[in-house]
Amino acid sequence: MDLSAINPILLLASLMVAATPILLAAIGELVVERAGVLNLGVEGMMITGAVCGFIVAVNTGSPWLGFIGAAIGGALLSVIFGVLTQFLLSNQVATGLALTLFGLGLSALMGQGYIGIKAPSFPDWHIPLLGDIPVIGPIIFQHDPMVYLGLGIVAATWAFLKYSRAGLILRAVGENHEAAHALGYHVMRVRMLAIMFGGACAGLGGAYLSLVRVPQWTEGMTAGAGWIALAIVVFASWRPGRLLLGAYLFGGVTVLQLNLQAAGAAIAVEYLSMAPYLATIAVLVIMRAGRAPGSLGQSFHASR
Amino acid sequence: MITLEKRPQPSRIWSLATPLLAVLLTMICGGLLFAALGKNPFETIRTIFLDPLFSEFAWFYRPQLLIKGAPLVLIAIGLSFGFRAGIWNIGAEGQYIVGAICGAAVGLAFYPTESFIIFPLMIIAGILGGTLWAMIPGILKVKFGTNEILVSLMLVYVAEQLMASMALGALRNPDGMGFPGSRNLSQYPSAANLEIISGSGMHWGVVTALIAVIFAYIALSRHIFGFNVRLAGQSPRAAKFAGVNPTAMILICMGLSGGLAGAAGLFEVAGPAGQISIDFNVGYGFTAIIVAFLGRLHPVGILLAGGLMALTYIGGEIAQSNLGLPLAAIQLMQGMLLFFLLAVDVLTNYAVRFGRRQVV
Repeated sequence: MDLSAINPILLLASLMVAATPILLAAIGELVVERAGVLNLGVEGMMITGAVCGFIVAVNTGSPWLGFIGAAIGGALLSVIFGVLTQFLLSNQVATGLALTLFGLGLSALMGQGYIGIKAPSFPDWHIPLLGDIPVIGPIIFQHDPMVYLGLGIVAATWAFLKYSRAGLILRAVGENHEAAHALGYHVMRVRMLAIMFGGACAGLGGAYLSLVRVPQWTEGMTAGAGWIALAIVVFASWRPGRLLLGAYLFGGVTVLQLNLQAAGAAIAVEYLSMAPYLATIAVLVIMRAGRAPGSLGQSFHASR
Repeated sequence: MITLEKRPQPSRIWSLATPLLAVLLTMICGGLLFAALGKNPFETIRTIFLDPLFSEFAWFYRPQLLIKGAPLVLIAIGLSFGFRAGIWNIGAEGQYIVGAICGAAVGLAFYPTESFIIFPLMIIAGILGGTLWAMIPGILKVKFGTNEILVSLMLVYVAEQLMASMALGALRNPDGMGFPGSRNLSQYPSAANLEIISGSGMHWGVVTALIAVIFAYIALSRHIFGFNVRLAGQSPRAAKFAGVNPTAMILICMGLSGGLAGAAGLFEVAGPAGQISIDFNVGYGFTAIIVAFLGRLHPVGILLAGGLMALTYIGGEIAQSNLGLPLAAIQLMQGMLLFFLLAVDVLTNYAVRFGRRQVV
């Protein structure tokens, strides 16, 4: 094995790219869970976003429209989950699983004519001045716009939850839906909006995979990224700041694993490919999760 | 204005009627989907649901029904215990893979010795493999409070990689001219999971699935363990007061579902699949989740649901070859079925009232 073949600057730069899809999906799910809803369908929404974004981008030639299409696709799929869990009061765990199974089938069907096509290119930004700083420039300031949009969404979510009135209501609904209802807040409306935001973010994350990271459409291409996003939300104790840390840690493991494969490590490729999943399990074990939102995963029915 | 009113007790009639209603709704929506794909909806639905049973080639498809149904029922029976108790093992696919690997490894270790003891040893190894793989999320949940949903699911991806490394490495057929995949167990008499009645599709996995259904039925309706499982699911607090040990409950439910999934994997690898290969698993572990819910987590229901789901697999293959229906459409329809089931389930627990809500 030739470790000197691994360039630390490139490694750190690709870490930010590798973390972005999971970061996007996880920030959406974080908002959903803070509203007291456990949506296990992130994987299904991500892959649907991946295929929607790819189809729109290929047909219009614009990656930006692709990302918008992916967000809409993810949000539409999440509406099914929202209607089932909020209005028809179905079990959230089972419905989330159903959403994943449904999303995998739907995406495979939608993407049939698109296998083997290359996505339109999505050029990196080279931020003037900042991008020219040695070492830090290539690591942080020479990525594609979605990397920064993802960071922006995380920052906006943090500010929204911490400082805005709407964020306070959302947290109240998640902590105790009975009390929030008694105060006159619309539990279902808040939760539906949160679920749709989660779906849109998961869709963006999926499209980042199919439009930037790979950039192609293949069936089942998310390969568990949605589930890892769910794990990172738990790791982050439902806080946006720690979410960022979790996603970058995870991105680091993924990138390092890929680099070791490329450098011809003595370990078999299959065992290196296990690393991200094993790292996720290890993180779940080592990190004591903070307190989950009080009403997480419970159905709310007003007449009770 | 439509409002929902919680029933004092779940409706028995609706709890039996909702799976049928869900199947009907799925057929209607599936028909619309097929029409949108440019196929004749009636012909497609008939091909999927009726041709495997009643067409002129049904003699060929009926044994397939048992072969596809057995692993689904076996896995779903195991899952139903955990789901009833609120323990969500959704990594059955991984346990199925590891069971197959362990069982096959034992069989291959004896190659080419012939002995009646080999196949039973393989079954034990398969069950142990699946159980141990399921114990990982179980023990982590008990010891560290980690979420069993996420851990069991992560282990599916780990198991897939493990299988790939086995197919390319340790278990590769030495006479296979370098192709990935193990020796074919179904051509090794002592290790093969043969049909008990030739041409019927009735292999040992089918028998085991039927035995599991009977045992599960007895356990749930006549035994204190089944009562404890139901109690733990419906009211964890009451279960604690009644002396149900939650730690033991988690480990037993995880182990049970893992063991049955491992057995299903072994019967598959020694019979219909024949060898450990990179694409050995086809998603039975995930479809079994649908089967468990469609069967209302009841053993007899699971048996029927497993049959129906096997029907859609076989019918889907027929529709694919005869009508050019994409296989993904069948996967979509299976997901749809679970959605409709969860949606109409509201009728079991809530009564629908029309008109303005009354002030009590």
